[in-house]
Amino acid sequence: MSAHHSATTASPVEAAIAATKTSGAGALIGYLPVGFPDLQTSIDAAIALAENGVDVIELGLPYSDPVMDGPVIQEATEVARAAGFRLRDGFTAVRAITERTDVPIVLMTYWNPVMQYGVERFADDLVAAGGAGLITPDLIPDEAAEWLAASERTGLDRVFLAAPTSSDERLRQAVEVCRGFVYAVSTMGITGARQDVDSAARTLVARLRDAGATSACVGLGISTAEQVAEVLEYADGAIVGSALVKALADGGVSGVARVAAALAEGTRRTK
Amino acid sequence: MSLRSETGPYFGDFGGRFVPEPLIAALDELTEAWELAKADPEFLAELDELNRNYIGRPSLITEVPRFAEHAGGARIILKREDLNHTGSHKINNVLGQAILTKRIGKTRIIAETGAGQHGVATATAAALFGMECVIYMGEVDTERQALNVARMRLLGAEVVSVKTGSRTLKDANNDALRDWVTNVETTNYIFGTVAGPHPFPSLVRDLQKIIGEEARQQVLDLTGKLPDAVAACVGGGSNAIGIFHAFLDDSAVGLYGFEAAGDGADTPRHAATITKGRPGVLHGARSMLLQDEDGQTIESHSISAGLDYPGVGPEHSWLASIGRASYRPITDAQAMDAFRLLSRTEGIIPAIESSHALAGALELGKELGPDAVILVNLSGRGDKDMETAGRYFHLIDENAVQS
Repeated sequence: MSAHHSATTASPVEAAIAATKTSGAGALIGYLPVGFPDLQTSIDAAIALAENGVDVIELGLPYSDPVMDGPVIQEATEVARAAGFRLRDGFTAVRAITERTDVPIVLMTYWNPVMQYGVERFADDLVAAGGAGLITPDLIPDEAAEWLAASERTGLDRVFLAAPTSSDERLRQAVEVCRGFVYAVSTMGITGARQDVDSAARTLVARLRDAGATSACVGLGISTAEQVAEVLEYADGAIVGSALVKALADGGVSGVARVAAALAEGTRRTK
Repeated sequence: MSLRSETGPYFGDFGGRFVPEPLIAALDELTEAWELAKADPEFLAELDELNRNYIGRPSLITEVPRFAEHAGGARIILKREDLNHTGSHKINNVLGQAILTKRIGKTRIIAETGAGQHGVATATAAALFGMECVIYMGEVDTERQALNVARMRLLGAEVVSVKTGSRTLKDANNDALRDWVTNVETTNYIFGTVAGPHPFPSLVRDLQKIIGEEARQQVLDLTGKLPDAVAACVGGGSNAIGIFHAFLDDSAVGLYGFEAAGDGADTPRHAATITKGRPGVLHGARSMLLQDEDGQTIESHSISAGLDYPGVGPEHSWLASIGRASYRPITDAQAMDAFRLLSRTEGIIPAIESSHALAGALELGKELGPDAVILVNLSGRGDKDMETAGRYFHLIDENAVQS
């Protein structure tokens, strides 16, 4: 059932990513925070992603202490929280988006909100809303017993991070427990556009392959179609966040649609 | 089993490592380096030499009878961490971690700071060891602790004023973690308190426990017996663990942590984490936390920047959960009264943080009666707080013209 047993997987996220490799170079995964700039616009923007070439939607739940996020996402999630974001809005958004698109949705959330909501209850409500799983940036598999059990029971995908600094043993553990994909952190740092996507990402994905990964997506610092294409030379998916959030902030839903379509060009190129 | 033998990552249901994967290798490296260092005579000798000849350890104990008259006549003895070089207990931890930084071959150190005491201590160590140093401090705190900002800059550190979130200690902590994730190859994070991911709670505790080890013997020498109660203020909890730890297995000694209750623990403006919080995750550890129904951290409030933190170290949450230590709220007003009282009765100006412990001791004395001996950790001195105190007590003549 894990990411290295793709033949037997029931994961819609892994299936969606795998499908892109027959039609193109790989998957584009797009991040937007729920509730930015308001709940309805964030729903419309996520649907615009799906309609403009994004293969998996990553919806972030705004949180007070987002230590993995850079300034663009920090500012957006602060706007959402100041406007009254509640955790339950995440499920509302997932439900509204899945009514209008088949593109799978994973939530990206820091761990404390899930713990406070109740891990089992969170899993059940996410399944009921039609969500596919969770990306947990500050939860390592070592601390995840409760979530591993809840995701096993519900079949939700669980995406943990793998880093250039992770030992081979920890990479094997990540591949073993991840379902959907492994989130390969491209560079040492936080979210935000960068000029160059680190060569560390290529090495990391190669190490993940050695550890058995069949579904490895690269995130952090990717903001152009060229970078997407470059990452898809070796990875199964490219994750874009801050560039989309900035497009939404600057140009609204039509702005984020244009940027998503431009980024998706990077998935069509083959070498 | 000894309560002193806990080494983490877990203290009962608390502790652990709730951090992004990119930091795990650095935390493993620190854990291993610390295990080796604390058993290495060379490391211990270097630390001991600095303790004696740089910090000025052992710090004194001072009995304060004129202050104690206001505490039901109980004997009150202060552990004088305020007399340490740089003015608080923070230096105990920082020098140990600076030596550790050298041992793991890193050349740049970063730290978060609230009141600025940990930042000043870290900047001091950076100057002493010739290391590059960046201090993260919330914008609110850089304003209310402007003198400490100047001290850090004079010592050669870069001070980053953090403008996100509540612009206080927790946000400084977030930005320090972001810096660490980005620069972990060259950078060591000198954590200032007994919170955060493993190994910080036990590492910082191990470096601060010298406070209680000295004080336990000093009180025995002075009074012929152990104190009835030990009092300390609790923000993240490093000075409190530092003085509690030596007494954990002395079951007759009551341990009391005093949290900052701001306007009152029953108002929305306080920092009384154990009194009013519930278990959650912040900054890498599961511990008690001030949070709303959704698990969003609630901004804390205290007149004392050093206690203005919505979390607390996991070992304190554990000691509270097993009933070994008690945690009580002290309001801004109670703390400021104690601040003035110690100044006027004993000629010692305490840090506002430590004044919470003094206010707690006044309560304890009345409860325990005139035969009681209360040991209070005077964790820092009040020089840095003169502007706050000046405004609070209207001591500064607004119309004075400086010639």
